[in-house]
Amino acid sequence: MSAMRATQIRRLPGFGLTLGFTLFYVTLMIVIPIAALLLKASSISMEELVETFKTPRVQASLRLTFGASLLAATINTFFGFIAAWSLVRYRFVGRRLIDSLIDLPFAMPTAVSGIALMAIYAPTGIVGKHFLAWGIKTAISPLGVLIALIFIGFPFAVRTMQPAIEELELEAEQASASLGASRFQTFLRVTLPSLIPAALTGFTLALARALGEYGSVIFIAGNLPMRTEIASLLIVSRLDENDIVGACAIAVVMLASTFVLLLTIQGIQWWIERKTGRN
Amino acid sequence: MSRDSRLSQASRDPKWIQWILIGITVGFVTLFLILPLGVIFWEAFRKGLKTFAIALSDRNARSAIGLTLLATAICVPLNMVFGLAAAWATTKYSFPGKSLLISIIDLPFAISPVIAGLMLILLYGIHGWFGAALQSMGLQVIFAVPGVVLATIFVTVPFVARELIPVMQEQGSEQEWAAISLGASAWQTFTKVTLPNIFLPLLYGVLLCTARAMGEFGAVSVVSSNIRGLTNTIPLQIDALYNDYNAPAAFALASILATLSIITLLAKSWLESKIEHRSKESEEIQ
Repeated sequence: MSAMRATQIRRLPGFGLTLGFTLFYVTLMIVIPIAALLLKASSISMEELVETFKTPRVQASLRLTFGASLLAATINTFFGFIAAWSLVRYRFVGRRLIDSLIDLPFAMPTAVSGIALMAIYAPTGIVGKHFLAWGIKTAISPLGVLIALIFIGFPFAVRTMQPAIEELELEAEQASASLGASRFQTFLRVTLPSLIPAALTGFTLALARALGEYGSVIFIAGNLPMRTEIASLLIVSRLDENDIVGACAIAVVMLASTFVLLLTIQGIQWWIERKTGRN
Repeated sequence: MSRDSRLSQASRDPKWIQWILIGITVGFVTLFLILPLGVIFWEAFRKGLKTFAIALSDRNARSAIGLTLLATAICVPLNMVFGLAAAWATTKYSFPGKSLLISIIDLPFAISPVIAGLMLILLYGIHGWFGAALQSMGLQVIFAVPGVVLATIFVTVPFVARELIPVMQEQGSEQEWAAISLGASAWQTFTKVTLPNIFLPLLYGVLLCTARAMGEFGAVSVVSSNIRGLTNTIPLQIDALYNDYNAPAAFALASILATLSIITLLAKSWLESKIEHRSKESEEIQ
């Protein structure tokens, strides 16, 4: 109790030192670099911006990046839910192994993932050759981009839904069953609605990661202009051509749309939580 | 183990649904996680141990390993000290703008690595804010080793802080206050009270930071000149070898980084089981 009162009067030692160092480091390493990009971007004229986004190559690249990222995040939310549900609710051989493997895309360097995915899904790869027999190209195609983005986003979906499933109130399911609902009705009306906020968070995180992904995509994508060039790659090639303005224009649009997406989905989540009266 | 038996009839899915969902999970994980991991080691050792050894003893490969270790050795201690300071400042005190500060610390996670590299070029490139001044002092940052180090730091800033902040938030400051009131100095309090309490999450944060620092590709590739034997890190060298159609050598280097990520995963499940064990013990005591 006296300690509690003391915190209100005094502070633990180290406030100036730790906060000072934190602010210094954050300013130097994070704030100044971001400010540099924003300032550079604000100096780009409207004509230059239009010039950059008028080109069919940039438009094709943005369509691919946003389209593949949205699709990958959707697929990941669906399969992420199935995986999270199986890992929490069922017991089966290899469960622990699979549980720890989920984080592999977090832990693996993106360039390593990139060449590994290429080795498997290339026309000569162990999976790619079977798809090729059906006439489906799993590498050097938009599908390849999608595969890499699914790989990179999967852990976000599983790891956000897993704790939500663990914390589900089983009493609600029992009450629903005792009122005569079938298992499927209970799942649809009771269980699923309370998992929507977590699913949305997982979707958003997977989407944000996919929009900015570079290393794991560029190998399997093949980087064909107009077909399989993602936005991050376009930024890199603009830099290689010494076109800093073009690179900044694309970068700022990508960064801004990522943040708008994050905020929108956070807004939806806030609205759902308020509506259902939980916090 | 006990959870299944605790599930009441109402929460238990029919067996056939269980089989289908487990099957989908195992299939998905095999296709997207197990196969990519396996193929790295398969490709690395397919041509025999000798090819593997030659690939690793190559001069450019050794230089890439050296540069990666150097960048990691600079980046990890800095971000560890930062993580400790940031976690201490944001969990032991309240001050205006605290949640804004925590959000800013998390920002590098939301920024594409390629865009991070671009930011550094805008700052330290020849036409950048500090580029000309540094150049006149004879220090080249972009397309040189300092740029590689700075890019590595940027993408890994949040790792240690992120692991520590929630843990220290939960622990509160009572133990530190007790130590201080018993006459311990600030440094003693930190090393004897705080540090032992946060040791496991600190270790895990450092491990994640190390793995990412050694494996960063996008940000580093933008600020590095990609000169072999000079400014290439392991991932950049992998990229260069792969583009040369020297896949066995690329996979040999990749297998080192893949081993590191397996160690990270193992350490994570070990730490989690340890933390779970601890909380169970404290439940039993209560």
